[in-house]
Amino acid sequence: MKKVVRGFYSVAYSVKLCRPNVICAYPITPQTEIVENLAAMYANGELGEAEYITAESEFGAASILVGASAAGARVFTATCSQGLILMSEVLFNAAGMRLPIVLVNTNRALSAPLSIWNDHQDSMAMRDAGIMQVYVENNQEAHDMIPQAYKVAENKKVLLPFMVCMDGYKLTHAYEPVDLLEQEMVDSFLPPYEPAAYMTTKKPLAFGCYAPPHIYMEFRVAMQQAMERAKDVMLDVFKEWAEVSGRDWGGHITVDFPDSKIFVVAMGSVVGLLRKVVEELRNEGLSVGLIKIRTFRPFPVEEMREALKDAEKVIVLDRSVSFGYEGPVSIELKSAIYGYSSAEIYSFAVGLGGRDMPKDFLAKIIRDVGEGKEKPGFAFKGYQEFEEVIP
Amino acid sequence: MKYFGSGHGACPGCGLPIAVKTVLNALDGKVFAVNSTGCLEIISSQYGKNAWGVPYIHSLFENAAGVAAGVEAALRAMKRKDEGYVVVFAGDGATADIGIGTLSGAFDRNHDILYICLDNEAYQNTGHQQSGLTPPGESTTTTPAGKVLPGKVGRKKDMLSIAVAHGIPYVASSSVGYVSDIRRKVKKAVKFEGAKYIQIHSPCVTGWGIDGSIAIKVARLAVETGLYPLVEYEYGKLTSVRKIKDRKPVEEYLKLQRRFRHLFTHEKGKEMIKLLQRFADENAERYGLDLKKE
Ligand SMILES: Cc1ncc(C[n+]2csc(CCOP(=O)(O)OP(=O)(O)O)c2C)c(N)n1
Ligand code: SF4
Ligand SMILES: [Mg+2]
Repeated sequence: MKKVVRGFYSVAYSVKLCRPNVICAYPITPQTEIVENLAAMYANGELGEAEYITAESEFGAASILVGASAAGARVFTATCSQGLILMSEVLFNAAGMRLPIVLVNTNRALSAPLSIWNDHQDSMAMRDAGIMQVYVENNQEAHDMIPQAYKVAENKKVLLPFMVCMDGYKLTHAYEPVDLLEQEMVDSFLPPYEPAAYMTTKKPLAFGCYAPPHIYMEFRVAMQQAMERAKDVMLDVFKEWAEVSGRDWGGHITVDFPDSKIFVVAMGSVVGLLRKVVEELRNEGLSVGLIKIRTFRPFPVEEMREALKDAEKVIVLDRSVSFGYEGPVSIELKSAIYGYSSAEIYSFAVGLGGRDMPKDFLAKIIRDVGEGKEKPGFAFKGYQEFEEVIP
Repeated sequence: MKYFGSGHGACPGCGLPIAVKTVLNALDGKVFAVNSTGCLEIISSQYGKNAWGVPYIHSLFENAAGVAAGVEAALRAMKRKDEGYVVVFAGDGATADIGIGTLSGAFDRNHDILYICLDNEAYQNTGHQQSGLTPPGESTTTTPAGKVLPGKVGRKKDMLSIAVAHGIPYVASSSVGYVSDIRRKVKKAVKFEGAKYIQIHSPCVTGWGIDGSIAIKVARLAVETGLYPLVEYEYGKLTSVRKIKDRKPVEEYLKLQRRFRHLFTHEKGKEMIKLLQRFADENAERYGLDLKKE
């Protein structure tokens, strides 16, 4: 049923359809309305047998989900920014314990300076945690991704947390028509969670044992292997989703105009606008294509090598910075295609802390690269020149 | 032992295994154990040498109450509550310092959990650093007795009152020196629906600087001097107190332990002992510890 809804509702509604046992979160802008909507559903008795718990912090929320997930529950939380960073110790731990927690991160900048607006600094800081990360382009994709996230995370070949990343405000608060899923459809796509191992007095197991040097490394190798397997599991799940929903969001990356000389690489909501920009520039005669990264973890290494093997120039639009180096997407892309592509890489950090990225701005970046006005390497784009004053 | 194996690696004389076995046995092993990082976790949960005969989880140093709340919520949501009691085993540092946030959250929401604080009065796992439950005058590696300072300055955080202030149904203190007291309180605690807190004084032979053979004696002296009163609160009301016949001077307790030995030579030692005696006297007054001679 198509309805015009806001992003946060499209997420909350989809979470409900996945029948989680325990939902636990702590409010933070712009995630708040997701958990408020879930709280309202809970108050109205619409969440079935689920428990909705108001945690005392994001750290607490993540901890509660560790316990609930280990006890065999399907769980959900949402957060972003300071909240995600506050959760980080628990999330690293949850990944190591192989708990298939599903969370939505409504991407928001990190303090200082305090900003409630969108960029990707928060989720990028979590990229080494052992958590799968998928970035969505619009609210329909966010809505559709939740059941897929559970299906991937709970697959016994995977068993890792799954983070759906959606741009704060730009998506969470946007009104968009969303084809809301039906309960029967989600039920048949996503069976009830059957944990591989869980806490029960019927068969006592220990979770979170400590591991001396003679055994620790094997657990970490196993996490990497699970991530590698997740790549295939995700493709299967994405494909099945396309079949049952009629909406094919593609694989780990999508490539528009694969025979282009220049490629723009981006993640999240800006991709929608970039599609229009690329189309216009092609009409101007520029050979430019667009690569949308959906899966950032596990990183689509082979897909990138294939897509960029004949590219001449690659423009990476990063929404965060690894200070002292450059944008993380660019860093990873370079390392992925090293030896497989001789393309020049233009790495730009844009749109930090919600800085506007209008169409003309994006078009100019691409046009300038096309016309040889830019040098390969790293630069910020879209800021005002200033002099730092140190009192 | 069925519920807590002999495979644990505690120092001989350590109070932790005694406390844990007593709690698990009192509940016939119908327990989901949630443990914070610390000595107990290290001595019992090494991969391949797990000593726990009950379902067990260790997550972090400071989130055991949150994890327990999650286990409890999951059991509730999945209609599995009759499987067992959710019991936290957490050190004094995990409880009174770094984990007090998740503890307060779990108590505030009144999750149906039993929180056992294993109070060995310092961060023992990491080599005897002070915690909020370290008593004044104790020399720890972060509050060492030096030329100027006589060990820890300050006081032992009143966790019992903090627990009571959350309005939870049951709060008690107990001691490894009195295992029947632990047993009784645990059995009683789980009869209450909601959050329960029991703080168990537990000797640490290395940190306290005592021989394992006198650990129980030292634990009892803490009670007999009034420094560690054994009390019980139900719904915020003090309902029972372990009375003391002839309350002993605190020196008798202090002098047996290396952590307090400097107090008998240090320039400020006398003052510190006086302070500790004052705390014991205040406890006696507050809880009516002394058995009055007629
Ligand atoms: C966030 C964090 N900070 C510090 C540590 C190091 N650490 C591990 S156990 C511990 C002390 C434990 O003290 P307590 O809770 O009293 O338990 P005990 O070992 O004394 O029984 C410390 C400081 C840690 N594991 N995690
Ligand atoms: S260091 Fe102390 S608390 Fe830790 S095992 Fe030894 S005696 Fe027990
Ligand atoms: Mg301790």
